[in-house]
Amino acid sequence: MRYGEILTAGVLALFSIYLMVKSAELPIGFIRGQGPGGGAWPFWLSGIMLICCAMIALNWWRQTSPPSRSDEPFLDGHGWRTMVFVGGGLIGFIALIEIISMYGAVAVFLFYYLWFLGRHSLALSLTLSLATPLLFFFFFEGMMRITMPTGMSFTDPVFDFLYDIIY
Amino acid sequence: MEILALLGDGMLIALQPLNLLLIIAGVTVGLFIGAMPGLGSVNGVAILLPITFLVPPSGAIIFLAAIYYGAMYGGAISSVTLGIPGASTAVATTFDGRPMALKGQASLALVTAAIASFIGGSVANIIFTGFAPVLASVALSFGPPEIFALMLLAFATFVGLGGEDIPKTILSICLGLVLGAIGFDQISGAPRLVLFDINAFLQGIGFLVLAIGVYGIGEMLWTIEQTRGEVENNTPKMTARGMASDARTALREGWKGTAIGSFLGFFVGILPAAGATPASLMSYGVAKMTSRNPEKFGRGSVDGVAAPEAANNSASTGSMLPMLTLGIPGSPTTAILLGGMVIWGLVPGPRLFVDETEFVWGLIGSFYISNMAALFINLAFIPVFIWMLRMPFTILAPMIFVLSIVGGYAATRDMFDIWLILIFGFGALVLRRLDYPLAPAVLAIVLGPIAEPTLRQSLLLSSGDPMIFFTRPVAGPITVIAIILILLPALKLFRRKKATPAIGE
Repeated sequence: MRYGEILTAGVLALFSIYLMVKSAELPIGFIRGQGPGGGAWPFWLSGIMLICCAMIALNWWRQTSPPSRSDEPFLDGHGWRTMVFVGGGLIGFIALIEIISMYGAVAVFLFYYLWFLGRHSLALSLTLSLATPLLFFFFFEGMMRITMPTGMSFTDPVFDFLYDIIY
Repeated sequence: MEILALLGDGMLIALQPLNLLLIIAGVTVGLFIGAMPGLGSVNGVAILLPITFLVPPSGAIIFLAAIYYGAMYGGAISSVTLGIPGASTAVATTFDGRPMALKGQASLALVTAAIASFIGGSVANIIFTGFAPVLASVALSFGPPEIFALMLLAFATFVGLGGEDIPKTILSICLGLVLGAIGFDQISGAPRLVLFDINAFLQGIGFLVLAIGVYGIGEMLWTIEQTRGEVENNTPKMTARGMASDARTALREGWKGTAIGSFLGFFVGILPAAGATPASLMSYGVAKMTSRNPEKFGRGSVDGVAAPEAANNSASTGSMLPMLTLGIPGSPTTAILLGGMVIWGLVPGPRLFVDETEFVWGLIGSFYISNMAALFINLAFIPVFIWMLRMPFTILAPMIFVLSIVGGYAATRDMFDIWLILIFGFGALVLRRLDYPLAPAVLAIVLGPIAEPTLRQSLLLSSGDPMIFFTRPVAGPITVIAIILILLPALKLFRRKKATPAIGE
C-alpha cells in the first residue's frame, strides 16, 4: 500500500501538470474588459491539485497517512482475480454493446456473472438473463422512448419483431 | 385569511376526480422514474409533456408537478438500495443511505427519506403559500457575487465532509471542478481541456458519468474486493410494526437534519441557477457541522439521510417560485414546466397571480395533495424495494452493474460516456483503497458549472478586484463564513498538535 500511495500521488501530479498545460491553451490571466481568461479556472485549480500532490508526498515521506504506514499489498491474489473476472467481464460487456446490441450484451453479461461467477443454476441464470433485457426493452424503448444501441445488422430481425410489438 | 380562502379553493380544484387521478398517476410514475439510475424528474417531465395536451392546462401542470414530486421522492430509493444516486439531487442521500442499507437498516433509511421529504415539502408549501411575492424579490437580488459566495460555502462544507486527510479532500474537490470544466468555455465558447485531443471530450463530462462510475461500478468492485464476494444479507423482513418503529426513529433521530434541510433547501431552491442539488449538498454539510456526532456522518446517520431529502423536496417547491412569479426557472425541470405553461397560453410572471388566480391556486393546492400522495405511495412501495435488497449478492451485484451501464447510456446516449463510466469506476477503486474521499469530487462536478461563470462575471463586474465578495452586504458575510469553515480543519489540526506532547516529552 505504501508504494501505491506514492505512485498514485506521482501519477496525479503528472496529470495535474498535463491539465495545467492544456488549460494554458486559453488565456489564464485577467483580460481587461473580458474578465478572467477561459483557461484561468482549470489552470489554477490544477495548480492547487499539484500542491496537494506535493503535500501527499510529504505526508508519505513522514509516514503520517495510514496508507503510507501500511505494509499490506495494494491488491492480494483474490483482489487481482476479482479485477480480472469482474472487471474483464465489464469490459467485455461494454465491448459487446455495439456488436450484439445493448440488450444482447446485458443478456450475455448477466449469464456470465450469474452462471460462471455466481454459480447459480442454469435455469435461474437463463431466466434472469433473458427476462431482464426484455423488461429493459419495454421500459426504455416502449415507455420512455429512449433508443438503445441495436448492434450490427444481423440483430435487425429480432428488433423488427420487438418494435412491431411496441409501435 | 384571504390567502387561506384561495388555498382552500385551490385544494378543491386539486381534489377534483380528474386532477386527483392525475396526481396519483404522476406521483407513481415519477417515483419509478426517479428510482431508475440515469433518469430523473427532467426526463419524466420532458417525456410526458406531450401526453398532457390531452387534458386541460390546469390538470396538465398538476400532472407534471406531481411527476416532479414523485421523482424527488424516488431519487432516494436507488441511492439507498443500490448505492447509485439516480439524479444529482440524491447524491448526498447516498453518503449515509447506502451505509445504513449495508448495516441492515435500509427500511429505516427509506422511511426517513420519505418522512423527511414529506416534511420538507410541507414546510416549503407553507412558505410558498404565505410569502411567494416577497421571496421572489429577495431571490432576484442575488447576483453573481452572491451565488458564487454560496457555492464557496458549499465547497467549504465539502472540506468538512472529506475526513481527516485535508490535501486529499482538496485534491478531490479540485479534480471534480476541473473535470466539470472540460468541453467548451461557457463564456467565450472556445474548446477547452480536450484531453489527449479526443474530440468526444468536447461535449464535457456530465455529473452522472462520474457519479455512476464512482458509486455504481467503483462501489460494487470495492464491495466485492473487500468482502471477497461473500456479502452477508442482513436486511430484515419488512413488517407494518417495523415500519411504524422506523418512522418513530426517523422523527426522533432525524428531526434536526429535517429542519435544516426544510428551511435551507427552500431558500437555496428559490435562487435562480441553484436548485435542489446545491440545496441538498449544503444541507448535508450544515447538518454534519452542527451535529453533536459528526463522526457518525458517512457511516449511516439518520440525520445524514433526513437533511438532503428534506432539502431536495423543499428546494423543488422553492424552484417553482421564481418560475411562477418572475418567469425565471430555478432548475432544468422547472424550465420544461415553464415551456409547457407557455405552450398552454399561460404567461408566467407577476401578472399570473392576478390574471389566472384559479390556475395558480389550483397548482399550489396540488402541491399539498401531491406531497401527501407521494408520502403514502412511497411508504406503500418500501416493502418492494426491501425485497429487492434481500436478493443474494451474486444476483444483486450484476443487476447493479447492468443498471449502471444501461442507466448511464439512457442519460447521455453516448458510448464514449459508458467507457468513461468504467474508467471512473476502476479509478474510484484505486483511490478509495488509498483513502481518497470521492464524494467531494462528485459534488464539485455538479457545482463547478455554476461556480465558474459566477466567479468570472463577478470579477468582470469589479474589474478584477476580489474584494467584491467581501464588500457586498449579502455576499460578504457568506464569503467570510465560508473562509472560516475552510480554515477550521487546519486550526483544529494545529490545536491537536499543540495538545499532543512530543515523544519523550
